[in-house]
Amino acid sequence: MPDLLIELFSEEIPARMQARAGEDLKKRITSGLVEAGLTYSSAVALTTPRRLALAVEGVLAESPTIREERKGPKVGAPDKAIEGFLRGAGLTRDQLEERDTPKGAVYFAVIEKTGRPAAEIVAEVLEATIRNFPWPKSMRWGNGGLRWVRPLHSILCILSDESGAQVVPMMVEGIPAGDTTEGHRFMAPGRFSVNSFEDYAEKLKRSYVMLAPEERAEHIWNDAQNLAFAAGLDVVEDKGLLAEVAGLVEWPVVLMGQIDAEFLDLPPEVLQTSMKEHQKFFSVRNPRTERIERFITVANRETADNGATILAGNQKVLSARLADAKFFWDNDLRVAESDITHWTRALENVTFHNKLGTQAQRIQRIASLARELAPTTGVDANLSEKAARLAKADLSSEMVYEFPELQGLMGRYYIKAAGEDASVAAVAQEHYSPLGPSDDVPTSALSVTVALADKLDTLAGFWAIDEKPTGSKDPFALRRAALGVIRLVLSNDLRLPLDRFFDSQLVRAESAANNALPRENVEHLLDEIADHGVFGAAFQAVKEKIGEIPNSDFLKLEKKVPDSSDDLLDFFHDRLKVFLREEGIRHDIIDACIAMDGNDDLTLLVKRARALNAVIETEDGENLVQGFKRANNILAQAEEKDGVEYSYGAEIKFAETDSEKALFDALDTTKTNIDQALKSEDFPAAMSAMASLRAPVDAFFEDVQVNTDNDILRRNRLNLLNQIRQVCSSVADLTRIEG
Amino acid sequence: MTEPSSAPRSFQEIILRLQTYWASKGCAILQPYDMEVGAGTFHPATTLRALGSKAWAAAYVQPSRRPTDGRYGENPNRLQHYYQYQVLIKPSPPDLQDLYLGSLQAIGIDMELHDIRFVEDDWESPTLGAWGLGWEVWCDGMEVSQFTYFQQVGGHDCAPVSGELTYGLERLAMYVLGIDHVMDMPFNDPQSPSPLTYGEIFKQTEEEYARWNFDVANTDVLLRQFEEAEAECAAILAQEHKDPKTGKRIIMAHPAYDQCIKASHIFNLLDARGVISVTERQAYIGRVRALAKQCADAFVMTEAAGHAV
Repeated sequence: MPDLLIELFSEEIPARMQARAGEDLKKRITSGLVEAGLTYSSAVALTTPRRLALAVEGVLAESPTIREERKGPKVGAPDKAIEGFLRGAGLTRDQLEERDTPKGAVYFAVIEKTGRPAAEIVAEVLEATIRNFPWPKSMRWGNGGLRWVRPLHSILCILSDESGAQVVPMMVEGIPAGDTTEGHRFMAPGRFSVNSFEDYAEKLKRSYVMLAPEERAEHIWNDAQNLAFAAGLDVVEDKGLLAEVAGLVEWPVVLMGQIDAEFLDLPPEVLQTSMKEHQKFFSVRNPRTERIERFITVANRETADNGATILAGNQKVLSARLADAKFFWDNDLRVAESDITHWTRALENVTFHNKLGTQAQRIQRIASLARELAPTTGVDANLSEKAARLAKADLSSEMVYEFPELQGLMGRYYIKAAGEDASVAAVAQEHYSPLGPSDDVPTSALSVTVALADKLDTLAGFWAIDEKPTGSKDPFALRRAALGVIRLVLSNDLRLPLDRFFDSQLVRAESAANNALPRENVEHLLDEIADHGVFGAAFQAVKEKIGEIPNSDFLKLEKKVPDSSDDLLDFFHDRLKVFLREEGIRHDIIDACIAMDGNDDLTLLVKRARALNAVIETEDGENLVQGFKRANNILAQAEEKDGVEYSYGAEIKFAETDSEKALFDALDTTKTNIDQALKSEDFPAAMSAMASLRAPVDAFFEDVQVNTDNDILRRNRLNLLNQIRQVCSSVADLTRIEG
Repeated sequence: MTEPSSAPRSFQEIILRLQTYWASKGCAILQPYDMEVGAGTFHPATTLRALGSKAWAAAYVQPSRRPTDGRYGENPNRLQHYYQYQVLIKPSPPDLQDLYLGSLQAIGIDMELHDIRFVEDDWESPTLGAWGLGWEVWCDGMEVSQFTYFQQVGGHDCAPVSGELTYGLERLAMYVLGIDHVMDMPFNDPQSPSPLTYGEIFKQTEEEYARWNFDVANTDVLLRQFEEAEAECAAILAQEHKDPKTGKRIIMAHPAYDQCIKASHIFNLLDARGVISVTERQAYIGRVRALAKQCADAFVMTEAAGHAV
């Protein structure tokens, strides 16, 4: 069976696209072959900056001939039915066979698809693949209409077996397939022909091309480590950079160079970022000084001077780059040391969002919220406000303008340089966290406070201007912000009535989005929210004090803020369900807890949900829920039928059986236990107290008929069921539990 | 590939060699455009000539101004006024990469000793409504050129596609000549009777312009000039195609485009003066782009674009 070798040779393919392109080539070609009946035994895709290669082993020499029989209409069926059948089969009437079946004579079509040689199929599949290749970005060139990632120069496509290799005859936009390729652009120019994959790989290696990206990456990493090790240093690992660099060279040559002494005092992150982003250098650290002292660069060729010219050039470029970074750093330090508020003032001219005002206004809102949050997070309100005001000052710095990814980190350096306490400086870096689901959550109370204020402000702001996430669209990363709040609250065990903070921040956001709001009323309202904690009451108080307001935008807040606030809380509950799903807590269990009071206190809510989840996993818990539902159903039916609510206390004197009496006792004890447990927020104890009702409830249903003819007994029993309902409902809303 | 040439001795020798090289490859050697532009791409020989069906091959030096890059002549390689060398060939020839590498040989870069790399860099000019795919070309880790296959200009698809090469002349020359600070670079031959360095010619002007760009330029005047250029561009393009005086069909794409160039440069000055906020920035860029697009719309209707009347 022949092997297939394909190489698409082009101008330099972006490093970040190579791996995916190799996989796409493999997938499209192999599935195209298989669809046409050509099976194969194995396939491997290999990429370099200038080529996508695919080697498919053990391809069928031709696709098998396929014979298919189709049963058609009865002989004598209407013409229309027969014609339809003929169309489907692609045959004419005289080609049909008549066969006798138990149901009479029936037409049969016998369709034979003759096998085709592999070359023919490969040519078709390859052309279709080239023309429809899923490049993330593609282009045209010259006069042509073909799209490829960069100009495509040649196509190598051969089928080879023991008897030799054959070019697959095909042509795409004037580029014919052949059996030749090129080696390294500089070290081995000129074309050569190949007759198999082994021959191809071997000749490429002789022409200074390492075909496999993994081989290049491994080679780079080994040489880099060896060079660093020999000098008593460590290479800072960076897998992303390694993959990228391996995609920039066909013949990697690793070189290590010095960083000029005048730059060694730059923060290591600045050195690393500058070297990586601009030069694609690896950083080399001195384990004794912990400083980044050298760099590793990867050239694409060997030279007679062993890379001396190349290294000197790279060193020079780096010095120029770092001179820039040092220029920014020195300037920034000068500003930070003399008056860092210069930067916060500069943010008055920077727009955050056109409906939500400038960055400076945003920072003001965050600082106010940080102040309000302080008592709940246990930090000093003044300190918290100050840290929030400084946390984003570095957005005005030259370094962050040049390297946006250093935001926060630079703030930390600069705020320290401004003479602030290290804990205040740390806020600049930590208040952005947690960014992703695996990012660490800050633990310093000050950082936690500002991180919460930052995220809650973002959420309230975009809720106020109705820019909520929809479907897969979440351009302002609001889901991430909400998840951040959830993780900050839970991992720091914070007791935070979110609702009240939503309210005040929504009021602030509304006043930013709506300049018409009278400022003093807004201030007033915020004070009242801080006092009352309840928006409705706060708004009422403001209304009473200011008397009649003529149809102002301010009045619209009365309905808008509570609506947005509820909606935002729903959004948090949805995010919480996603978050707890990882712990294996079902959404209906969370719903049963959300239905309880205090559901904006996430710590409480999650404690309850975890306890409920644990108890439901026990046999008692599971059965109790069934018992509860049974009681609830009977009650609901009776209440609907009788048109009354059975909420009077049941009396034990009407109890007939032992199990009925036992249930009375059990409910009494359980109620006391649950109340006590809830008072101390001991949900596991409350839940297990509730689960202890399982046996008496089961026994009750076993022995006692609720709907008896005796009306007094029936009423008493229904009231008893109501007691079950009430006791259980003080723990969670079990009606929400599914199954 | 040809043998590497001997080492050049001055900035101007590098420019002259590029001129000679691209002339030998069939390019028309044009002169700089006589207006302030941010990059060689703004020259109508690139922006407008990349449009339309007619073949084109031109090379030229273009003085370029980026007010925000001014460093009072102190930074070793940042200047508010510098030179770009620009090549535009339409349709892009299949051997454009080799032609380009030949130009590096011509200015004395020995391919046997240096590491030349094509690193992904998709070019986009929001103000010109233009984009293309290509690379920045690295020589030993330094970006020495931009290499772009134009896909769209002024919102029009380029067909055929042009290949564009842009060399940052100072940076490239400093590298070739082994100079660390741009102001120390010999502008003419150091052996000549009156040797001049780059600094002797440009140090003072860098200071003067940096001061003017950052602190003195009258922003009220600039804002007005921006509005005027914008209005004039629209007014020019609103004219009938048929000239009432000569009776000829004369679409004034180039005069209109001059106003677009003017607006773009004034925007850069305003930016350097720090009076444009982030949101306004987008709006200004959008306004310049709208002008560029209208000029492109006008140019494609002309004979130079291959439009048949």
